[in-house]
Parts: sequence; structure tokens; C-alpha cells
Amino acid sequence: MRKVAVIGVGNTKFGVRNDVNLTELAFEAVKPSLEDAGVDTKDIQFMALGTIGAGAWYEEPLPAVVAAEYCGLTGAGLVRCEAACASGSAAFLTAYSAIASGQMDVTMAFGIEKMREVDTLTAVELIGRGGYYLWEFHNFGLTFPGYYALHATAHMAKYGTTEEDLAKVAVKNHKYGAMNPIAHLQNKITVDDVLSSMVIASPLKLYDCCPITDGASSIILASEEKVRELKIDTPIWVAGIGYSSGTANLSRRLRYSSLEAGVAAGQMAYKTAGVRPDQIDVAEVHDCFTIAEIMAYEDLGFCKPGEGPKLVREGQNEIGGKIPVNVDGGLKAKGHPIGATGCSMIYELTRQLREEAVPRERQVPMKNYIGLAHNVGGTGHYCYVTILKR
Amino acid sequence: MPTIKTRPLTLVQEIPISKTSKFWDGLKEGKVYATKCLKCGKLYFPPVADCSNCRSSEVEWVELSNEAEIETYTHVVVRPGSFQHFKPYTVAIGKLKEGVKVLAWLTGVKLSEVKTGMKVKLIAKVAQDGNPTYEFVPS
Repeated sequence: MRKVAVIGVGNTKFGVRNDVNLTELAFEAVKPSLEDAGVDTKDIQFMALGTIGAGAWYEEPLPAVVAAEYCGLTGAGLVRCEAACASGSAAFLTAYSAIASGQMDVTMAFGIEKMREVDTLTAVELIGRGGYYLWEFHNFGLTFPGYYALHATAHMAKYGTTEEDLAKVAVKNHKYGAMNPIAHLQNKITVDDVLSSMVIASPLKLYDCCPITDGASSIILASEEKVRELKIDTPIWVAGIGYSSGTANLSRRLRYSSLEAGVAAGQMAYKTAGVRPDQIDVAEVHDCFTIAEIMAYEDLGFCKPGEGPKLVREGQNEIGGKIPVNVDGGLKAKGHPIGATGCSMIYELTRQLREEAVPRERQVPMKNYIGLAHNVGGTGHYCYVTILKR
Repeated sequence: MPTIKTRPLTLVQEIPISKTSKFWDGLKEGKVYATKCLKCGKLYFPPVADCSNCRSSEVEWVELSNEAEIETYTHVVVRPGSFQHFKPYTVAIGKLKEGVKVLAWLTGVKLSEVKTGMKVKLIAKVAQDGNPTYEFVPS
């Protein structure tokens, strides 16, 4: 297995992007990533594109093909990866493995989603079917917030977690989103704002839920040899990737206060990277809903099961705390263009590890120069954990 | 912002249910069936024709008792487009006496009275729109 590094990254402004179509949005991420890496389109041997709305919430069924044409990548090997909300990480693992195996030298992991070409009711319907259509949607109309609300209820019943604990996660992420020029939501909010927002699926309220966002993120990877040849001055190395999956039927899970796939993927990543949870300087975790971030702290070993709320109450998840999490606003404020998120996590971690966060107030002080991305697909149906080291 | 509206597409798929027809017919007869692998003994809900544990395709149909305990629940207020004609509903996961868990609506009880750990009954029913289904009701 060869060493592989992230050598170039690009990320669009996240938000409601009805100013661009799919291919134009892709260009906005691809161009800066190529410039950042100092390579040209002809150097990209393969593009793995993560997205889930193809032909559903946006019109093109072959997004990799149309995006490649618009960006000048036609001729490269192409594939579209689907792992629900972890499609971007699935694309990253694909692009990484192609180099680590010795098959290729320079690849692109790309994530994109355009969710605003359909109305909200349609979006809710489409996303809600992202579980088990036959056994959960057909007769019971599960929605995505509903899936995570089942976990919030369980976590609260088991550990005494409060709605206020959940609200504090949203408040923190909005605080950082307000400082992040590419974030979808840049308004600061208070605990009261969260608690008084409308119930979507009890106990989750509007402000416990990430928004519906458009965006794209492009990551260029290279082999150790290419890093030397291209004279990359700050390569960010992929130290380890862990992955796992959960049962399709939620009724076949062992417990609802944790995501088993998150635990397994995290353990695998730590083992492969030879790193412990307390050595992580900065983390990006999958906060599609506030409860998901709290479960992530526990599943990743940043604290013991049930102690996630304690981490929140003590502010240990902020810059200056034990484990700064989602200092780009997370999915909650930066936004969650579903297929793009996995790659966008790598974008943020790369910039943090290079010590070039914008603005400087969002820069996490580095001790070990190790970052972790935790990207979940569905309700713990898929999980990828990636550890990067400078 | 200017846009072009695509030509509309309506999608309705017909899901084959021959291999589990005993389950869907059973609901119409007031019974909720699970399947048990004849080779390794594993019990499955939702019912399956093939055992993912030992890969045998020989299963027997077992009528579930209706005794269950609520493990978790949520009240879905913002509903998908195809469920707009229903009032907000409570989705629950209950554990049956036999050990398998079931995800279904919990009806007949005020939301404020729903608690994890509460005892409920699992019953078969045919919904208003003709769909054979099952739900939890208070014991």
C-alpha cells in the first residue's frame, strides 16, 4: 500500500444556488482545486463523484459525465459513488484506493448536490425514502428527522440528555458558520431560538436539523512519488480510513443511543492510522441533526457513552477545548449538500492542518497535526472515518 | 433567478411480494407473521424468504404474540408529500416477547402519555387506503 496525500482542495459557496446549474456548480469547486494542486485537467486519471440526487432532485442522471465535460475532465475514468450522505467519503475512498494500490498516481474525489431544484415537500419525500422504502416508508412515512428523532428519544431516556444539550450543539455550529464565508447559514442563534422553533419530529425541532443546501467540493489526491515530482509544499497524508455499515431495517439495530457503524468505522480508522482519539486536534463529524453530533463524540471515543452532553456543557467541543468539532459550522450551519459533505470535511481538515483556515479566528491550534472526518450515510447505514496527518 | 422547468415524470413501481405473500395475506386475516429459518433457527421480522445468517431458503411462518415494549418513538409532524392526508403520527420501535423488534405507528394514546418501556400490543390492520399494515396500541 503506497502513501497517498491530499494535494489540492476546492469548495464552492454552500447555500441556495439557483444561480448555477449542476455543471457550473461543479466548475466552481474543480477550478480552485486544480490551481491549489498545481496540476492540469489532463493530469487527473480518474474522478470518483459522490452524489445521490441524480435524476431525482436534479435533472441529470449522469452527473459525473456532464460535470467532467464542463470541467475539461472527459477522457478520465469516471464513476458515481452512492453511500447516501457519505457518498463524498465513498468517492474519497475510491480515489484514495486507486493510488494506494499502485494502479494510479493522481485522482480526484468530488462531491456535489443540488437539492433546490425541487420544492421542499418533494425534497422531504425523497430524503425520507432514504431508509427502507418497503418496511419503513410505505406504511409508516418515516422522514429523515424522524429517523434521528428515534435516536434522540432513546439517548434522552437512557442518559438524561436534554433538549437544551441538543440546542447548544446547534448554537456552537452557527457561531462558527457565522465566521465561515462559504457557509450556507451565517446567522448566530441562541438556545431559546432552538427551543422555540417548530417541532419537525419530536424531540427534534427546526433548529436541530441541518438545512437543504446546494454545493460542491473537490479533492485532488496524489502518490508520494507525485508529491515529490510536483513539489507540493504541504501534502496532507491519508493516515487511515475506516468503514462499516448498519442494518437497513432500523428495527434490526441493537440500540438507538449510538450508531454501531460509527463505532466500528472509527475503531478501524484509529487502528489503521495508529492514532488514539485523544491525539485528534480537530474533527469534522456528521451533525445532520444535533443528536448525531452528540452520538458522534461518544461513538468516536472523544468521551464515554452517555457523556456527550457533558462535553457540550463544558464547551470542550470549541476552539481551545479538548476536541474542537465542526469549526466550519458543520452540516448544521455550513450546510449539507448531501454528496458533497464527505469531500467538504476533507477540504476543511486540509485547510486546518495547513494552518490556513479563513478567517484566522477559526484556526484550531495544532499539537499533533492530526484531523478526523466522520461521515455517516443515512441513519448509520453507511459510515466512513478518515484520519489525515500533516 | 431564471430556470427551465423539466418535463414532469411520475414514478410508481410495483414491488413483487410473491415470496412473502403469506405475510401480506396474514395481515388481512388479523395475523402478524415472522419467519424462522428451518436450518439455523434464526427468527426474522420483517419476514424473509432467505436466511442471511446461513443462506438457507427454507423458512417457516410463525405467528407473533402481540406483547411488546416500546424501545423508542417519535411524533412526526412535518410529513412527506404522500402522507399529507394523514394527521401527524407517532412512529415507534417495539420489542416483541420473542425478541424481534418491529417499527410501526403507535396509535390510541396521547403523545404526552407515551414513554419508553411502556407495554403495548402489536395488531394487524387494513389501513383506510387499503394497505395491509400493523400497528402498536396500548395494552
